[in-house]
Amino acid sequence: MKYWQEKYETMPREELRKLQGERLAWQVKRMYEKVELFRKRMDEAGLTPDDVKSVDDLKKLPFSYKQDLRDYYPYGLFAVPMSDIRRVHASSGTTGKQIVVGYTDNDLEMWADCFARMLIATGNDENAFVQVSYGLGLFTGGFGAHDGAVRIGATAIPISSGNTQRQIQTMIDFGATVLCCTPSYAMYLGETIEEMGVKDQLKLKVGIFGAEPWTEEMRQQIEEKLGLKAYDIYGLSEIMGPGVSYECEYQCGMHVCEDNFIPEIIDPDTGEVLPEGAQGELVFTTITKEGFPLIRYRTRDICSLNYEKCKCGRTHVRMNKPQGRTDDMLIIRGVNVFPSQIEEVLLKVGGGVTPNYQIIVDRVNNSDVFEVEVEMTEQLFSDGVKGIEKFEKIITENLRSTLGIGPKVKLVNPKSIQRSEGKAKRVIDKRKLK
Amino acid sequence: MFIKQLCIFVENKHGRLEAIISSFADNGINLRALSLADTTDFGVLRVIVDDIDKAKAVLKENGIISKTTDVLAVYIDDRAGGLAEVLKDISEAGIFVEYMYAFLSKTQGKALMVLKADDEEGAEEVLRQHGIAIASPDEI
Repeated sequence: MKYWQEKYETMPREELRKLQGERLAWQVKRMYEKVELFRKRMDEAGLTPDDVKSVDDLKKLPFSYKQDLRDYYPYGLFAVPMSDIRRVHASSGTTGKQIVVGYTDNDLEMWADCFARMLIATGNDENAFVQVSYGLGLFTGGFGAHDGAVRIGATAIPISSGNTQRQIQTMIDFGATVLCCTPSYAMYLGETIEEMGVKDQLKLKVGIFGAEPWTEEMRQQIEEKLGLKAYDIYGLSEIMGPGVSYECEYQCGMHVCEDNFIPEIIDPDTGEVLPEGAQGELVFTTITKEGFPLIRYRTRDICSLNYEKCKCGRTHVRMNKPQGRTDDMLIIRGVNVFPSQIEEVLLKVGGGVTPNYQIIVDRVNNSDVFEVEVEMTEQLFSDGVKGIEKFEKIITENLRSTLGIGPKVKLVNPKSIQRSEGKAKRVIDKRKLK
Repeated sequence: MFIKQLCIFVENKHGRLEAIISSFADNGINLRALSLADTTDFGVLRVIVDDIDKAKAVLKENGIISKTTDVLAVYIDDRAGGLAEVLKDISEAGIFVEYMYAFLSKTQGKALMVLKADDEEGAEEVLRQHGIAIASPDEI
């Protein structure tokens, strides 16, 4: 089987646009009736549901923001009675109060279908064993992957995150063919597999990794360590969870499930929609979701969209890997720095350098101090000081040319930077603590 | 004859050196010679121990990187000019000394100098030609 829902996945764009328009009009109408905040914003903008007839009208509509979810916490933005909400998920985020999202039966079906599309697109079927090493809990990752696996008739192994040795033993004993987790945890599993020397006992073929930014270099290392093909999946709990977009076998961007979500790229400062192919902030509108719908939600993710038809036959637009959330972006001495850029540099340096790093930013005498801790490797260590210093200098210089500012590189003991079983914590910004 | 030296990466963090040395002590590993090269960011600890395999295992267990290097341990007469004579021979042969450090020998009237040259075999040959004694591992 090549597609999970061929009709939607390969729908000609014109037809898809028409479908999106109809669904958008339906969504706006019901949200206007049921969600107080949305009605208020529409009224303020002088708009009524009658003004929305096609996708072209989308750009007129008001944005929604993460802060809205906090202001109306917990259930203030839901569009159905709570008796129709079958499940809630929550996201703590790195900053501030947690947010809650809710799903109806139909929403959960739609979500499972989106994840199922990815499993099929990456060559899996009902014979697959899907090890779900995302946290199974309020975090959307675990249940999203689990429901997707069940949806295609595969065998789910809902081990959740943590207990790395047992994860690996389970992979071997249960014959896992698909692994779902965060890329940083995949890396950690890979390192542990190397230490245990059990790579040849694994049956893994496909890895579905997401929920945090990662680089091509990291993909290569993960593939090598785990002996699988690593695919990127994108999602956010506000919109649904993993499966909002996903890579197909051709790995040339992530297909957005456009029959359910309409993406736009805007200028984050002006809010203007940018021309096709331009890089900007990604905005999503959920056009089928019942429980917790959002119109023009500002994701804070920076990426671009490619509308060309993919070799896989899917017509759905492809988004490139977000460089990072604007939330993750650090401004150091006035320069924008994304942690993923540092990872990219480290992996290009070679010499067995791991993508485990920590960024420490501080402010001393009103000036930003920027330090990157990198783990020393067996391969790079020599008895002479000169060799190590030279290596430190190479990393510093490469970081300087990529980022525009040079950090102080500090070599630390291997494995001394804390490994994460979920999302990795890469940045310690002491400026915020002061 | 070369002897085995252990080089250890020392993170620039409070208590790292102490932790390494204590882990040797706790495992009954005796230090025969030691030198610490330091930079602003990290240190390289070079040691000669009585049980190098055990020392390596202890370090590995503690997640500390180490590497074994062959070095020469040269007997030096314990008098003014003793070391100068040895270095003169090596230098005239066009061999570079990368680092060295001294420690006490068990032989009366002699000091021992651990010497790492860019050409270790060449250095050994030069010393032999000049009749300068080199310590074997069991003499350390």
